[in-house]
Amino acid sequence: MTTAVADTLEEHHDDHGPAKGIGRWLFSTNHKDIGTMYLVFSLCMFFIGGAMAMVIRSELAIPGLQFVHPEFFNQMTTMHALIMVFGAVMPAFVGLANWMIPLMIGAPDMALPRMNNWSFWILPVAFGILLSTLFMPGGAPAGGWTMYPPLVLQTGDAFPFLIFSVHLMGISSIMGSINVIVTIINMRAPDMTLLKMPMFVWTWLITAYLLIAVMPVLAGAVTMLLTDQFFGTSFFLAAGGGDPVMFQHIFWFFGHPEVYIMILPAFGVVSEIIPTFSRKPLFGHDSMVYAASCIAFLSFIVWAHHMFTVGMPFTGQLFFMFATMLIAVPTGVKIFNWVATMWRGAMTFETPMLFSLAFVFLFTIGGFSGLMLALAPADVQYHDTYFVVAHFHYVLVPGSVFAIMAGAYYWLPKWTGHMYNETLGKIHFWTSTIFVNLTFFPMHFLGLAGMPRRIPDYSTQFADFNTIASIGAIGFGLSQLLFVAVLLTSKRGAKATAEVWDNPTTLEWTVPSPAPFHTFDTPPKLDDSVGFH
Amino acid sequence: MSTHSDDRYYVPHGSHWPVVGSIGLLFLMVGVSTWLNGAAPGFYIMLLGFAIMIFMITGWFGTVINESVNGLYNSQVDKSFRQGMFWFIFSEVMFFAAFFGALFYARNMSIPWLGGDSNNFFTNLLLWEGYESTWPSNGPGNVGGDYDVMGPFGLPLINTALLLTSSVTLTIAHHALIEGKRLQVNIFLAATFILGFIFVYLQGVEYMHAYNDLNLKLTSGIYGSTFFMLTGFHGMHVTIGAIMLTIIWFRVIKGHFTADNHFGFEAVAWYWHFVDVVWIGLYVFVYWM
Amino acid sequence: MIRNLILSLLGLTAVGTAKAEWALNMPKGVTDLSQETYDLHMMGFWWCVGIGAIVFGVMIYSLFKHRKSSGVEPAKFSHSTTAEVIWTAIPVVILVLMAVPTAETMVKLEDSRDPDMSIVVTGYQWKWHYKYQDTGVAFYSSLAQSSLEARRKGAETDPFAVPNYLLDVDNPVVVPRGAKVRLLVTSNDVIHSWWVPDLAIKKDAIPGIVNETWFKANEIGTYRGQCTELCGKDHGYMPVVVEVVEPEAYEAWLQSRTENAAVAAN
Ligand code: HEA
Ligand code: HEA
Ligand code: CUA
Ligand SMILES: [Cu+2]
Repeated sequence: MTTAVADTLEEHHDDHGPAKGIGRWLFSTNHKDIGTMYLVFSLCMFFIGGAMAMVIRSELAIPGLQFVHPEFFNQMTTMHALIMVFGAVMPAFVGLANWMIPLMIGAPDMALPRMNNWSFWILPVAFGILLSTLFMPGGAPAGGWTMYPPLVLQTGDAFPFLIFSVHLMGISSIMGSINVIVTIINMRAPDMTLLKMPMFVWTWLITAYLLIAVMPVLAGAVTMLLTDQFFGTSFFLAAGGGDPVMFQHIFWFFGHPEVYIMILPAFGVVSEIIPTFSRKPLFGHDSMVYAASCIAFLSFIVWAHHMFTVGMPFTGQLFFMFATMLIAVPTGVKIFNWVATMWRGAMTFETPMLFSLAFVFLFTIGGFSGLMLALAPADVQYHDTYFVVAHFHYVLVPGSVFAIMAGAYYWLPKWTGHMYNETLGKIHFWTSTIFVNLTFFPMHFLGLAGMPRRIPDYSTQFADFNTIASIGAIGFGLSQLLFVAVLLTSKRGAKATAEVWDNPTTLEWTVPSPAPFHTFDTPPKLDDSVGFH
Repeated sequence: MSTHSDDRYYVPHGSHWPVVGSIGLLFLMVGVSTWLNGAAPGFYIMLLGFAIMIFMITGWFGTVINESVNGLYNSQVDKSFRQGMFWFIFSEVMFFAAFFGALFYARNMSIPWLGGDSNNFFTNLLLWEGYESTWPSNGPGNVGGDYDVMGPFGLPLINTALLLTSSVTLTIAHHALIEGKRLQVNIFLAATFILGFIFVYLQGVEYMHAYNDLNLKLTSGIYGSTFFMLTGFHGMHVTIGAIMLTIIWFRVIKGHFTADNHFGFEAVAWYWHFVDVVWIGLYVFVYWM
Repeated sequence: MIRNLILSLLGLTAVGTAKAEWALNMPKGVTDLSQETYDLHMMGFWWCVGIGAIVFGVMIYSLFKHRKSSGVEPAKFSHSTTAEVIWTAIPVVILVLMAVPTAETMVKLEDSRDPDMSIVVTGYQWKWHYKYQDTGVAFYSSLAQSSLEARRKGAETDPFAVPNYLLDVDNPVVVPRGAKVRLLVTSNDVIHSWWVPDLAIKKDAIPGIVNETWFKANEIGTYRGQCTELCGKDHGYMPVVVEVVEPEAYEAWLQSRTENAAVAAN
């Protein structure tokens, strides 16, 4: 043991590069490598989850059952959502956080690098377990990603695997966010005061708090499902004095903050990109911080807007309706500030900017439908219809996913050291934007006309819009292959400068492109051009 | 070792422990799941996973302890560890919050509703006629059969006293550590984990009593569910905490800690106080009120 | 289909009729409350359109005017407290304007007191059971035979050839026009949800709990809906059909039902 320690001591300050072979990835404590792994993992999951969405959309393209049985359809819906939410969007943001936060605050790495590695390597285990349920007797979980009892208790052999994979995802997220918080609080360069921190760092800090607060609650909720199923507890059994609706309360106490977990870092990414390409500082940096904090706070007291039809007492409904509507205010501040950032700037429209602009437009549309959903009596009509599906795909796909794309294009030159193919990027943007609207906009009409969600087949009056949505979905899916093409050709582009873009203001642009394996071994000195004043 | 001063960051090398941990979790989770599904090998897979986890934890912590003892860490690393521990404990608090939430929901919402409160007149009339809401309750279906309630006095009260005392002894040990009184640390730390283990033992006795004499079981409706899940998870945490205290005790004997560098000690102490605070919540809301 | 696409691009405004095949908007329905719900929906919609027009208008203007290629120099400003106060305050006002009428409707929606009749609705995997309190009429209501055949995977029947595909049942609920009907909704297994868009009623059917809701239909007709809470594999196949008839016809129906029941009992 002593020799091992001596080795560590000796090597410690050598300027070592990455380890060789697979060990580099398996044992990595380097935030850039771990970030890359997160991003690659997330992309794989996006494709798997997307393939499931393609199954859903193919089956729904025309009335009648063509391809799959209803049981399998429900499995697809459930797995699609779980994989997209926990496997694609969240890890993508954690990947961006890993790569960028240390660079943006002038830290050499994440604060707890070994734990960082574990946070990542739990994910393949979690999703390996989850995906394996597709091959089990009784099939994969089919009770919806919301896992409401008693239905979810009818899951076959997959049931405990579902529960434990959710536990693992939770453990991974909690460790990841502990790392983010500690890094941000403790590893900033000496001059990087809290209010100088870039928005992406800020939104992630807030997101990390949300994660630590709600992931354990989800773990508790699914643990109760497990004990109800296997150990005879009565949490969700009315005969025993419990209540199936109690699960919904606990789930949505997690679930609502969860949706902001998926959007706050997106706000952060967009808040980095819009100023850069407007060549103007972010408008109202501080109020952006307060708005994000406000959103995070409010997110804890609105959960029951998912439950306006469960028969809550009147005052409860009223409270949750008002609280939900209030979220429009801080979110509006963000939208207005972005517009004010563009105002009288000198904009150019490279791919990251295009994705960010589409984000602002389309997320707002998703936000508007969210606001309509918040009106409780109207939600009685909207609830569990495709109107809701339209709402959340607008905030999640051209919302979160577009922001991830924007971030990927924005930082890709910093990661690879080469400019990506701008033409390909623009084509990717335009096809994605057109098809995403073709997919999800008609769903508003379907919902209003009365089509429930989570059904494998529907009445003939819903046929036309479903066909349009399915065509859009396939177009959107295929467009994502262009993104892969961009990634595969990314090494062929021109060499990127350290700055990459015109005069960006954050610290990551002060290190060379590609960013060296180790950066900021000693804290950087901030000059006045860095940060916001 | 001037390079380990505060203006130089410490970044550890690659480590294989996390991957070992993931493999451990894989076996553990797959094992438990197959076992719950009634497949015989599941149990052994679970044990294997458990063994790998123990191996991983000892190995990982061993590495960290070695690095710490060899002075690799500076005050910044120390701070990171502290904050990490703090937020870990906070996440545990939220885990318990879910179960406390279930308890409050059952007591203030679902049980009264099943008894016809609020807008639930017909729930009571049509489905559970004659059921009157009370607490404790195993629900209108009398799930698990008649049972007796676990009162707040007797064992639970003794246990409260034990845990509170253990918090005091731990604080004394901590102060002694800061003042460099090694013997006092040894004695009071030992007292702390012994009290902890006695607590766990008495909790076991209480469970036996509940199962054998009171017919109070995990299956006794919502009362049994909340009672055993809350006290059970708490007991699990006490057990873990007491084991950690024991390890820390050995580390104290080995002289791992100094007056101004004893993060390991403090982390465990925080954990122990957290377990203590949860117990007070439990005692008040589960046993007493 | 092309027409629908164009209509959809024109937006919701293009719709007047609720029951047309290509409905784009929420039905106005046949109860006072469904009308109110519709109005709330449109109110929310128009507020959003209005705010959207302003926000997107400003943004699009900026996108055209403030681009580097047109040779502008970027301004330097980075905050304005006045502006921020204004765009915090105005949304608050708008929200209050929206919340007040919404709360009023909610109060009415909750008021299920003094009904003319009550029906206990119980969800089963995968059918509904209706029990008319006071009269003892009770029956199951499942997907109609005509849909059953067409719904199978690889079925020969074309769904388009089936009238009201997936929205028809063997035994519809029959209620008199103008009567305040209270529904007592519960379930026998998992959670279901009872929904008829034209009545603007959706209530979860939760095992062990009875939820109340009510409606008072103003027009006779057949109104169709579906189970809207995922309840297992045949969740898509448990429709709800409500027939609103004149009170006399309702009495007659009740009569025949009771007789049928008596015959069946013998
Ligand atoms: C990234 C994810 C995300 C985000 C950001 C949001 C944002 C919002 N959501 Fe959404 N939501 C989901 C993801 C998300 N949601 C998901 C996944 C579901 C379904 C889960 C399931 O059932 O499976 C859901 C469901 C859902 C429901 C339940 C519907 C139902 O099942 O019946 C409701 C109801 O209130 C709701 C409301 C809102 C509101 C008010 C916002 C607000 O935050 C929006 C605020 C934004 C704006 C309003 C636009 C910009 C503001 C301005 C320009 C200012 C001026 C505006 C006004 C004054 C109007 N959402
Ligand atoms: C972040 C979250 C996220 C994301 C990104 C998506 C992305 C998509 N979603 Fe998802 N969805 C949810 C979260 C998400 N969804 C949730 C939470 C639910 C609710 C589940 C529930 O009810 O429980 C849901 C439910 C849901 C439904 C309703 C199912 C039902 O109610 O039965 C539908 C239906 O159209 C749908 C479609 C799509 C489509 C077409 C995409 C597309 O954007 C996907 C595009 C991506 C790809 C297609 C992959 C990449 C490309 C390839 C693999 C190349 C090959 C492509 C082809 C062969 C065409 N989703
Ligand atoms: Cu019954 Cu869905
Ligand atoms: Cu929500």
